[in-house]
Amino acid sequence: MVTSFVHCSRGLRRSCSIRGAKMPSSYFSELRSAVQNGIRKSAAGCDGGVQSSVEVLVGQGKLWSGNLRCFHSVPSSAVSGLNVLLRPGTVFHSRSDSQLGLKRDYCSGVSPGYGLGIRNSRNCSNFSRGFLGKSRSFSSSGEGESIQYDVVIVGAGPAGLSAAIRLKQMCRGKDSDLSVCVVEKGAEVGAHILSGNVFEPRALDELIPQWKNEEAPINVPVSSDKFWFLTKDRAFSLPCPFDNKGNYVISLSQLVRWLGKKAEELGVEIYPGFAASEVLYDDDTVVGIKTNDMGISKDGTKKETFQQGVALKDFLDKVTREEVMMPDSSSTLQKSEITGRITLLAEGCRGSLSEKLLRKFNLREKGHGQHQTYALGIKEVWEIEEHKHKPGSVIHTLGWPLDNKTYGGSFLYHMNDRQVSLGFVVALNYGNPYLNPYEEFQKLKHHPAIKCLLDGGSVLQYGARTLNEGGFQSIPFPVFPGGAIIGCSAGFLNVPKIKGTHTAMKSGMLAAEAAFSALQEGSSMDMYWDALRKSWIWEELRLARNYRPAFEYGLLPGLGVSAFEHYVFKGRLPFTLKHGKPDHEATDVAKRHPPIEYPRPDGTLSFDVPTSLHRSNTNHDHDQPPHLRLRDPTVPERVNLPEYAGPESRYCPARVYEYVPDEEGKLKLHINAQNCLHCKACDIKDPKQNIEWTVPEGGGGPGYSIM
Amino acid sequence: MKIMVAIKRVVDYAVKIRVKPDKSGVETQNVKMSMNPFCEIALEEALRIKESGLASEVVAVSMGPPQCVDTIRTGLAMGADRGIHVEYPDALYPLSVAKLLKALVEVEKPGLLILGKQAIDDDCNQTGQMLAGLLRWPQGTFASKVILDKEKQAATVDREVDGGIETLSLDLPAVITTDLRLNQPRYATLPNIMKAKSKVVKKYTPQDLNVEIKADLEVVQVTEPPKRKVGVVLSSVDELIDKLKNEARVI
Repeated sequence: MVTSFVHCSRGLRRSCSIRGAKMPSSYFSELRSAVQNGIRKSAAGCDGGVQSSVEVLVGQGKLWSGNLRCFHSVPSSAVSGLNVLLRPGTVFHSRSDSQLGLKRDYCSGVSPGYGLGIRNSRNCSNFSRGFLGKSRSFSSSGEGESIQYDVVIVGAGPAGLSAAIRLKQMCRGKDSDLSVCVVEKGAEVGAHILSGNVFEPRALDELIPQWKNEEAPINVPVSSDKFWFLTKDRAFSLPCPFDNKGNYVISLSQLVRWLGKKAEELGVEIYPGFAASEVLYDDDTVVGIKTNDMGISKDGTKKETFQQGVALKDFLDKVTREEVMMPDSSSTLQKSEITGRITLLAEGCRGSLSEKLLRKFNLREKGHGQHQTYALGIKEVWEIEEHKHKPGSVIHTLGWPLDNKTYGGSFLYHMNDRQVSLGFVVALNYGNPYLNPYEEFQKLKHHPAIKCLLDGGSVLQYGARTLNEGGFQSIPFPVFPGGAIIGCSAGFLNVPKIKGTHTAMKSGMLAAEAAFSALQEGSSMDMYWDALRKSWIWEELRLARNYRPAFEYGLLPGLGVSAFEHYVFKGRLPFTLKHGKPDHEATDVAKRHPPIEYPRPDGTLSFDVPTSLHRSNTNHDHDQPPHLRLRDPTVPERVNLPEYAGPESRYCPARVYEYVPDEEGKLKLHINAQNCLHCKACDIKDPKQNIEWTVPEGGGGPGYSIM
Repeated sequence: MKIMVAIKRVVDYAVKIRVKPDKSGVETQNVKMSMNPFCEIALEEALRIKESGLASEVVAVSMGPPQCVDTIRTGLAMGADRGIHVEYPDALYPLSVAKLLKALVEVEKPGLLILGKQAIDDDCNQTGQMLAGLLRWPQGTFASKVILDKEKQAATVDREVDGGIETLSLDLPAVITTDLRLNQPRYATLPNIMKAKSKVVKKYTPQDLNVEIKADLEVVQVTEPPKRKVGVVLSSVDELIDKLKNEARVI
């Protein structure tokens, strides 16, 4: 618990008394000992006393005060609170490096005139931010440091960075300032970003209209668009359902890195290498996040490099500042109401904190009600021979190697520099537990139509990530008390278009606009939901809503319905198809399916998982507690292995889960958490939802640069 | 006493490196760069010495293109007090680095120089030794333990050598290069990263320091190591001997 000073205003109506009996922080234990040792314990009203020691603390804590004369009374027992009385008109200011914050809420009326309380409270914030301009305060609690910002954004992806940039743009427009912090678990911005990607610049045109002149890494326009149906040996050209005119083939990792630079130019603080591991609450309102403790060893003990996680908190909640006179000048503070604590979660698909909040606040039911469905995308970037390379060529395939009951397909996009993005997407509601998406991808590469392109080339990078396929039906209510969920953490991907970047960016921008007015004018974050529904995201997703659910009935019915949707109804059907079972429930028991024999990798076109993993630049410090938690450690051997043949050992694209025989020959689950690509497939697909993906030490994970 | 630590910006150790198609070097575009791990260990040792009260200031020095400032900022976030950046756009080889460091030593006058034993991109293992030679200072390389004695103005360094551990006593000022087992570098915490933004990084160019950079080395070609050939299953010992004699020509 942190103690805080609250300022007193002239004609003080409220002075503070101490509530809460928690022990003060180490910082304030100094105050306590100073008080107990040197200063006489007196009833309120006596002069002198604490002044010298408080000034000492003022020096230490860099708390700058005006005309301060303190009075105090200390209960004779261990200090459970402290009454410090101030002459009215005394103002506490905190500078950017101050150690204390202010919390008005804990003020209660006692008597007019003098009063100030040091209160034990969990929330500190920088009250004086308004008239000192932007400042940040640090406070130490017994549990670690906390830093205050106006807006905290978790995740430096397209949505998070777009929100940050939009916030700063609006600040410039209205000549005010907000402190914005973005935390990113990857070692650098873009390290955990993986996507196809054929980019629709619609949102970027709104965010940064002059992106062409600012060296954005968007320079390969789509030159051709093909759609193939594959059988084992042949490829049949189908009419292409996509319209990619005006779109570009990009590497999203590079675009995000560029967005990060733009954000920093505008004053956003981005901190890669810090993983947000828990959400901080005040009652039921989200007030910020806390980063992971670093330097904990595998068995849970602290190593010598142990560093406690840092709490990033939002700005003060409802504080009404009355007119306050500065002691020596006659400047007057503006009367203003600062409301809103804004935390934006932009963790991408199946974000760990977002999922917790979606459950806690029942956001799915409040939204469009359906559960989210997912797919796993596995991608490689190849460097191919010059004469085979056609920049801007876009190819999508359906059919082989997947069967009629499994939704999925592949993509092949030609970037520049002889680089080609090749990927394979499998919907995670597949039934056969023996399906191994990674091996299916390796099989695909041997198809004659794909092989001829890849021959003579080499793989540069490999990676995998899950993506949303729920579309319109699965959109949750994205606002929670204290913030909102943006981007793929909520789920705005347009499944038939297979594009989610532009909608993620737009959602970030709309949330930023709502947050800005919430912080400046005190409106509610619900404006974000309203803005979403009035935006082009809504119309786009509504028109696209019936494509994916049609495939519940199989590949051919799905194609048929999609064709109808695309050419005839164009989304105007009066009904909305529902999704099937949630992905984890859709896994069938193993005894109903034959095991699938996958061919051995040949080392030039197809590879084994360790080789591919090496190309993802994945690394985690090995001596840390495993970040993949089993809610019930007996379930893998009791349920997953006998009933489902251990599906996690097959769908994980990083070989994290392995069933290895122990000394007695029994198979036991072994978790190689170090391999994890942060794709979240296990969190989604585990049949009993026993695997919980939590965030490892920041800075670990894949190192994508051209994905 | 001031400690000067030289840090190098290299390709991150976890990145899979690739040789450029023209074989002139390793691909560094769009590749994650970070502080050389041995330099991190050197900086950590300097910080520990400062925290034990035996030093007053830790200065982090880096040389190279403008992006080196990011590496210096990481060093400042770990706890260094000041940074120095010697800006030079092209590749710097160990002798040039040693000459630049010698010029900086004459400006800063540190009591101790700590470097990493080698950089993970070139594996030269030369800069510390050359620097000690130019300055005519004692050197303790491959240090696995460093103990400073302030009154005697000496450092006791345990060196990891091929035969075991060698303990040397060096009179200060001296050059120490760090090996892996010296310490475990600390994490740069978020508040420290923020505070580091306001710490000073001074810029120099080689001309400011009166050092002429001569390219005394020329990289002719960089190739990948030969790929391991697929093994062959043999059916008899005679076949093995035959292959060893005639194909591999080792007997």
